[in-house]
Amino acid sequence: MPLWLLVVVKSAFLLFVVVTTFAYAMLAERKVLAWMQLRPGPNRVGPWGLLQPAADAAKMLFKEDLTPATADPLMYRFAPWLSMITAMAVFAVIPFSESDAGLWSIGDVNAGILVIFALTSLGIYGISLAGWSSGSKYPLLGSLRSTAQMISYELAMTLSVVGVLILAGTTSLVGIVHAQNKLWFVVPQLAGFLIFIVTAVAETNRAPFDLVEAETELVGGFHTEYSGLRFGLFFIAEYLNMITVACITTLLFFGGWNPPFGLAIVPGIFWFVLKAGFVLFIYIWLRATLPRLRYDRLMAFGWKVLLPLATLNLMATAAIVAWTG
Amino acid sequence: MNALFGGILALLQGFATTFGFFFQKKPTIAYPSIKKQHAPRFHGLHELRRYADGKERCIGCELCAIACPANAITVIGAENTPQDRRSPGERYAARYEIDELRCIFCGLCEEACPTDAIVLTPRFEMSDYRRGAFIYGKDRLLVPIEAGVGTAPDDRPNGIPADLGSVAAQKSTVDVEQGYGATWRGEILKTERKGLAG
Repeated sequence: MPLWLLVVVKSAFLLFVVVTTFAYAMLAERKVLAWMQLRPGPNRVGPWGLLQPAADAAKMLFKEDLTPATADPLMYRFAPWLSMITAMAVFAVIPFSESDAGLWSIGDVNAGILVIFALTSLGIYGISLAGWSSGSKYPLLGSLRSTAQMISYELAMTLSVVGVLILAGTTSLVGIVHAQNKLWFVVPQLAGFLIFIVTAVAETNRAPFDLVEAETELVGGFHTEYSGLRFGLFFIAEYLNMITVACITTLLFFGGWNPPFGLAIVPGIFWFVLKAGFVLFIYIWLRATLPRLRYDRLMAFGWKVLLPLATLNLMATAAIVAWTG
Repeated sequence: MNALFGGILALLQGFATTFGFFFQKKPTIAYPSIKKQHAPRFHGLHELRRYADGKERCIGCELCAIACPANAITVIGAENTPQDRRSPGERYAARYEIDELRCIFCGLCEEACPTDAIVLTPRFEMSDYRRGAFIYGKDRLLVPIEAGVGTAPDDRPNGIPADLGSVAAQKSTVDVEQGYGATWRGEILKTERKGLAG
């Protein structure tokens, strides 16, 4: 098989897996959230509500597609695609497992973590442009918030990851996973892990840092004016970003596809999915537990607490690595 | 420092609470498939009862209509004749209508009734798509003659009766297009009285 065909087949398969994961991550979120609020959750469509994503998709397809008269038509149409395409492109460099046949990923980039950060940062443009081009005040406020929030938290997030990079001595995701064969980085980088989780939640605009969408004050934030399929694209992008963060957390801190307790009989992909699923559960658990932060507190927390802590963690890690050689 | 640890402790308590709820039994009742057992004297849809010989209990005295705080009941009485005897008394209800959208299900009509003719049953499923369909006439309120005397006011069966579905199955003869306005009750009283008296 020529290389390009291999890449196309792999991409198509991965796309299918990722979109299915998105659909059921959505259902899982609604179910887990409901159970934590003593409700049964969606259970009318199919057995245990398992066909709910299909019903939601069909509903979204048939919704009227509105463009406000004051909107910038080109940017308004372009923004959701920018959000979703960057969210999907990230999966091209994520290695999911490894077997004798080779690596389970589309592309093995030797600076994979940098590519991921570059692409997720591009995704912010989707949100900013959506708010700006809607020609409406609430989306604009939402997108202003999101831009400020994402830039502030991106600093602390990247700094918290550098600690891992120092320990692993590489920016390749495969190299980072191999460096965790003996000990997962969540142990020596516990502070970095906690900072990363908090900042990642803020990066993906999820509760309790979901000020961007803040339904109670901003009527949905940047996607207030969007309906139908275009809104669906933002929705997909949000969940894909969640899944991406779950994958990155697994790769950087939970040892990727490395089995725990030397349970090498079970294939690596199983462990990868299990760990990523655990991170997703934490995401939903957070949403079920914590109320939304006030905006000024969010900013103060990011700049005055997380950024200094991440810097300290980085310096301590670097000092210890230099000391022990 | 104390505040920091207190905050973290409160955070962990919050997470423990939601995690505990995750495994708890959910109190939701899956309504259409599982129906809640109502209290035996639940105030639901009205019913006009009969005597054991099939005669209507209602004597058209309008006390229920006067007692009704929501002005939901309209009664138009008529004289019994030897040829057409509907009730044991002198008069019977030629027309008996309850607007179930106006009704507040307080049960005062039941208390006011001197002959225990009107009672509230535990039936509650009366949704419809048209406003007019909520005006229940004698055709739907009166117990069918083959169904016996009807629900006893102080001797209700526990829970929902077996014939819950019958409410929906009964068809209205009220003209739904006609509907009703704000003057519905008064108008009928005026015109019908005139017609019946003459």
